[in-house]
Amino acid sequence: MILSIQNVVKTYGNYTAVDHVSFDVPKGRVFGLLGPNGAGKTSLIRMITTITAPDEGAIYLNGEKLNERTPEKIGYMPEERGLYKKMKVGDHLLYLAQLKGLSDAQAKKQIDFWLTKFDIKDWWSKKIEDLSKGMQQKIQFIATIVHQPPLLILDEPFTGLDPINTNLIKDEIRQLNEAGTSIIFSTHRMEQVEEMCDYIVLINHGKNVLYGEVQDIKNQYKQNLFRVEWQGELPSDFGQQFSIVKEENHAATVKLEDESQSNELLRHLIQKGLRITHFEEILPTFDEIFIRTVAGEHHPMHKVS
Amino acid sequence: MSKLSLIVRREYLTRVTKKSFIIGTLLAPLGLLVYMLVIVGLTKYESGSEIKVALLDEAGMVRQLPDDKGVRFLPAGNKTLDQLKTEVREKQIDGVLRIPPLGNFQKKEHTVFYYSDNKLAPEKSSVIERKVAKKIREFKIDSLQLDPKALEMLETDIAIDPEKVTGTGEDDSKYTAGVGLAIGGIMAFIMFFMVTMYGAMVMRSVMEEKTNRIVEVMMSSVRPFDLMLGKIIGAGAVGLTQVVAWVVLSGAVMFIVPFFVGGIDPAQMQAPMTPGEVPIDPEQMEGEAFRFMAEISKQNWPLIIFAFIIFFLGGYFIYSSLFAAIGSAMGDDLGESQSLTLPVMIPIILAFYITAFAGMRNPDSGLMVFASMFPLFSPIVMPFRMAFNPPWWQIALSLVLVVAAAFFFVWLAGRIYRVGILLYGKKVTFREIGKWMFYKG
Repeated sequence: MILSIQNVVKTYGNYTAVDHVSFDVPKGRVFGLLGPNGAGKTSLIRMITTITAPDEGAIYLNGEKLNERTPEKIGYMPEERGLYKKMKVGDHLLYLAQLKGLSDAQAKKQIDFWLTKFDIKDWWSKKIEDLSKGMQQKIQFIATIVHQPPLLILDEPFTGLDPINTNLIKDEIRQLNEAGTSIIFSTHRMEQVEEMCDYIVLINHGKNVLYGEVQDIKNQYKQNLFRVEWQGELPSDFGQQFSIVKEENHAATVKLEDESQSNELLRHLIQKGLRITHFEEILPTFDEIFIRTVAGEHHPMHKVS
Repeated sequence: MSKLSLIVRREYLTRVTKKSFIIGTLLAPLGLLVYMLVIVGLTKYESGSEIKVALLDEAGMVRQLPDDKGVRFLPAGNKTLDQLKTEVREKQIDGVLRIPPLGNFQKKEHTVFYYSDNKLAPEKSSVIERKVAKKIREFKIDSLQLDPKALEMLETDIAIDPEKVTGTGEDDSKYTAGVGLAIGGIMAFIMFFMVTMYGAMVMRSVMEEKTNRIVEVMMSSVRPFDLMLGKIIGAGAVGLTQVVAWVVLSGAVMFIVPFFVGGIDPAQMQAPMTPGEVPIDPEQMEGEAFRFMAEISKQNWPLIIFAFIIFFLGGYFIYSSLFAAIGSAMGDDLGESQSLTLPVMIPIILAFYITAFAGMRNPDSGLMVFASMFPLFSPIVMPFRMAFNPPWWQIALSLVLVVAAAFFFVWLAGRIYRVGILLYGKKVTFREIGKWMFYKG
């Protein structure tokens, strides 16, 4: 476990942004921090990155309570990220790296490594304002990871990125993850969650409403839906024996009372002389889980008098 | 290197290496050079070409006048006025100056006549009036058989020199006010300049970081307080660099100018005198300057310089931290800055007016004592008062207060800054800013 959030509360005036939230982030995995806008994700990230401090509860990084050395162990790429436009690429990266505790020599070595890796070594003395947006995004990414932090927090890392850069950054994230970096990935893009994340926590109205491993959550939310495709004529009594959610030409989505009935369904169709061409269990997408969980709750605004 | 010094270094280096800074720093003294050359050129400029004027001295009071300011006087000899007028018409001479007899010595006014079809330039006319008046005065002294030396003895300059009745210590003279005003004026000017230029620069820079969203990245690396303080110190160092560069370069300009124009006649630097005004006696001017210098050297300079530095730093930190706080509270809308910065500018302007008006009337009045203690005013007011030897405890208290206030304002601004800097897309009121001060970490 790299990060442990324990019963954290954060209020602004009389608005509770984070309300007794607890969860753990496992080491070396990609962890999705999800939630609708205004749910408290940013407040939570700001506490993890020590920009603000919790009013109640505690946060531990590698078993150590957050302290002034914490920023050096975290790489944070905020959703709203900027650069010093008037600075040169090299100076900018050097400055941020040194603020993260690297020595001049270490920083230069790391920057050199990354600029070479991204094939942009000759950018060192280019002014940032002269770079295209896509180029600037590469610089932002390098600035986030230049100090080799064990924990990376990426807030909507792919917004505004073109497909080429998206894939490039995705690859780098994967490589870093394989090399042991733990990653917290905050987004509302659910297809990215399914693609990237091992674990998730879903925050809504400042509360932890769903937490666990991605596969477990999918199983937990599944509705025993199966999709079957066949060749041949469907017997007329099929609809009476199984509840059909959706019927198509030579295909149907069926809802079973119990997942163990899946073999029964197959056996039934085979016995009727149909040739099965496709059979799968339909797991809920995270989009559905997200909407069901968030829409299912109607918390009033939490007010602290 | 500590984070704060990294921030200060960046804030400083990115600014002093900017083209606009380098150009501004070099151009201002160059502008001064051009300005001075133009002024000198203007004073040396002779209005119009030389004119020839026949001097018709009917009573023999003036006889001859020395040539000056492009006027050449020719004796009329035995020619009559009509003959001379013909010469004017024939363009042999430009004009005729007729000085009629004086008549009654008690009459203060005396009219002389100038015949010409061309107008006499104002400068030339005032020169002629002055010269004729001087000659007639000499003529009167001569006629009345007065002793010129005795006449000179009648002139007396009076200077009140206040002396303390109790206690010892340096007393003031009428020059003290001048020196005080000069010190206070310079202080006020530097303060005003630094605060408006570099305080505003701190504000703009804070706003920029906020609007281009770099601040969120920065906040995850450094404490907001360090970022703000680094900015204030960095911008202040830039300001000092510029001021020092200007002082040095302006000094060089002052040194260079005489080589260009071959010396400046101080009498020519004076504004043109109104007719009838008695020219200042150079000897008397020297005396004034000497007494002024004596007053300057009488000041306790080590103390003044020490206090000057403290007040300067104190004032700069107080005002630039307020600007930083305002910058953090502002959104992307530059228009907001107007309404938010005005309250910060008012105390500076007020302090200047208090010094200029109340201070000149009575540097020890209740208002002045208060203003020289109140930290928003004291950086401008107290240096002025220090020339008048206020009680030492007032200086000490004022210094302590300004340092304490500087710490307080930086701390206070830090509390506003850390909240404001991360708040987007909201129009902020002063009431809200007040609330931020009490937010927990």
